[in-house]
Amino acid sequence: MSGPSPSFPESARVALANTQLRRNMGYATQTIRAKRALVVDELPDWEELRETGRAIKESVLRHLDEHLEALEQSVTRAGGQVHWARDADEANRIIAGIVSGHGATEIAKVKSITSDEIKLNEALAARGIEAIETDLAELIIQLDGDESSHFLVPAIHRNRAEIREIFLEHLDVDELSDDPRELAEAARLHLREKFLSARVGVSGANFAIAETGSVLVVESEGNGRMCTTLPPVLISLMGIEKVLPTFQDLEVFLQLLPRSSTGERMNPYTSVWTGTSEGDGPQEFHLVLLDNGRTAVLRDEIGRQTLNCIRCSACLNVCPVYSRTGGHAYNSVYPGPIGAILTPQLVGIHAAESLPYASTLCGACYEVCPVKINIPEVLVHLRGKVVRHKQAEHSGWRARLDPEAAAMAAMARVFSSRARYERAQRLARLGQAPLARRGPISHLPGGLMSGWTAMRDLKALPQRTFREWWVERDGSRADA
Amino acid sequence: MRVALFITCFNDTLFPDTGRAVVRLLERLGHEVEFPLDQTCCGQMHFNTGYQVEAIPLARRFVRTFAGYDAIVSPSGSCAAMVRDYYGRLGEIAVEEQGDTALAEQVAQVAPRVFELSELLVGQLGVEDVGAYYPHRVTYHPTCHSLRLLKVGEAPLKLLRAVRGIDLVELPEAEECCGFGGTFAIKNADTSMAMLSDKLRHVLDTRAEVCTAGDNSCLMHIGGALSRQRSGVRTVHLAEILAATEDDARV
Ligand code: SF4
Repeated sequence: MSGPSPSFPESARVALANTQLRRNMGYATQTIRAKRALVVDELPDWEELRETGRAIKESVLRHLDEHLEALEQSVTRAGGQVHWARDADEANRIIAGIVSGHGATEIAKVKSITSDEIKLNEALAARGIEAIETDLAELIIQLDGDESSHFLVPAIHRNRAEIREIFLEHLDVDELSDDPRELAEAARLHLREKFLSARVGVSGANFAIAETGSVLVVESEGNGRMCTTLPPVLISLMGIEKVLPTFQDLEVFLQLLPRSSTGERMNPYTSVWTGTSEGDGPQEFHLVLLDNGRTAVLRDEIGRQTLNCIRCSACLNVCPVYSRTGGHAYNSVYPGPIGAILTPQLVGIHAAESLPYASTLCGACYEVCPVKINIPEVLVHLRGKVVRHKQAEHSGWRARLDPEAAAMAAMARVFSSRARYERAQRLARLGQAPLARRGPISHLPGGLMSGWTAMRDLKALPQRTFREWWVERDGSRADA
Repeated sequence: MRVALFITCFNDTLFPDTGRAVVRLLERLGHEVEFPLDQTCCGQMHFNTGYQVEAIPLARRFVRTFAGYDAIVSPSGSCAAMVRDYYGRLGEIAVEEQGDTALAEQVAQVAPRVFELSELLVGQLGVEDVGAYYPHRVTYHPTCHSLRLLKVGEAPLKLLRAVRGIDLVELPEAEECCGFGGTFAIKNADTSMAMLSDKLRHVLDTRAEVCTAGDNSCLMHIGGALSRQRSGVRTVHLAEILAATEDDARV
């Protein structure tokens, strides 16, 4: 894909009109919200856990370089190889190099959003290597040529009937009902062959432990376990912020993550491996550590907390915006509230200007985030950067032509003096006279505010402001 | 207690009845209310839209105007939250961008004394029964900023439950945002409307005749659509319900 991606409002408009998507999203997010609430409520120390999770992440990020070097040593000691990738291109080159080095043209992949971030599948395809997605939802997406709209449930925007259609079209099956078990079985048969034939497996990583060099993948279906154990060569791609100092830290994160993400007390499969072991599992292990903008995020004192994220997706599920528009409207690998703060920081604020505004700042995301990322705070901080960026780009007359900037400047001026403010109140009352002759205003002429009256009446300004009433009352009290 | 009313520019201009209700209510409870006329706008819209530097002079103006009061009360959860929760950040920006440390110091003095109306009544003054009478079927929408920033909790409901004659009904999915979000309603008008549609459906499901909240901005958004649909449901600020008495009903 090329060219600038459409803005959030443009894409949201399209998504919101899709009634099937609205129904699928509404149903799925409500269900998972309820499940999460149930298992979180049963932990009396949930708030302490969140705080501990946040504190561990904060201290990791403060000494990230040390933890990463320790990780490299531990992995190497355990028989693995560590590669450092500054950006997506470098990571893709490293991974493709390893795959080609083994003469493989096919890899079996576990769902990994980090690999989506670097567009690994496309990069491999360009070098003649086919990446087979083995996660059920990811497979659905891949078969249909669609894109993921959620980290954990990439096909959250699809329902069973739609999935059945996709399988009938792309898998080697003649008959299929929309029973989830039958659908899963069809996928399983298709994938089993792939696991056995692939010579290289590629995974992401939920955590890596600096102390021991162990890497963890947390999943529901067991396909991840197959990918990380069956092929003789394993490559794991991981953002540098995923490192944890000690194995014991997992005690905290393995309580926070499954409850926040799938609403389960524990996820069905947790695979942990440490380098290689002779005669058991892959005999060659590569860990690719990806920066791709993360160290720049670290430099921003407010933005930095974004790197606490453990990709649980709780913030997506509770978000009133995401749960209506779905993930595609964000035009970003990372959708929802976390996407709205992470993407602009990774790709540059100018390339994702509308994302920090894709929120009402209602705070539902912050309330559930297991590592306490104050998403509204970061959103507002990034909005500040968007505005500064625009102001720097359009100086002089062009800045004055931006209707929003002009309105904000005018209002700041009005509010800076009592006299100007009171005069503006009087003028506004005069100005609305032609619009408000018969009660509430139901249509505003074009411009900034016309979006308001598409669905709502606008209350007409009352005859007297509060302060006029107060001054009058005060005057009459003083006279009495 | 020297209580200053922070009316907010929005209520001052568009909802003077809410301000009058706050004055009437607090005076009825035996408190003296002052209204510093130098107040204008707290800067919330500028701050939330990304014009933080532009909001700094407004914060300076606020702390100057409201210095010296025991309590500052506002009938707006979001503006109260702006001052109490975000002025600290403006203080930091003033240091970073302008080397000015005075704002941060003044904010530390003034901001903790800002309360949303229900917080002042229940939390500070310790009253729940304010002697109100309001014979209507009412549902309450907890606005996001009062719920998640100020954490007013049950305070508004405690006040409403003590109102005589009221038929208070629970709003389904009450804690879901109504979709206002300040400039969000304009920048993301479609998403805002999608959220509003669901909120309206829940309000109508209660068969209430009045939808109340502690913030006229969200109420204007909800009420604007209820009015457009000629739904027969109106929005009324919490202060106006609490200020109403049997005497009003007789007139
Ligand atoms: S920001 Fe928090 S809630 Fe959202 S995915 Fe990351 S860890 Fe989960």
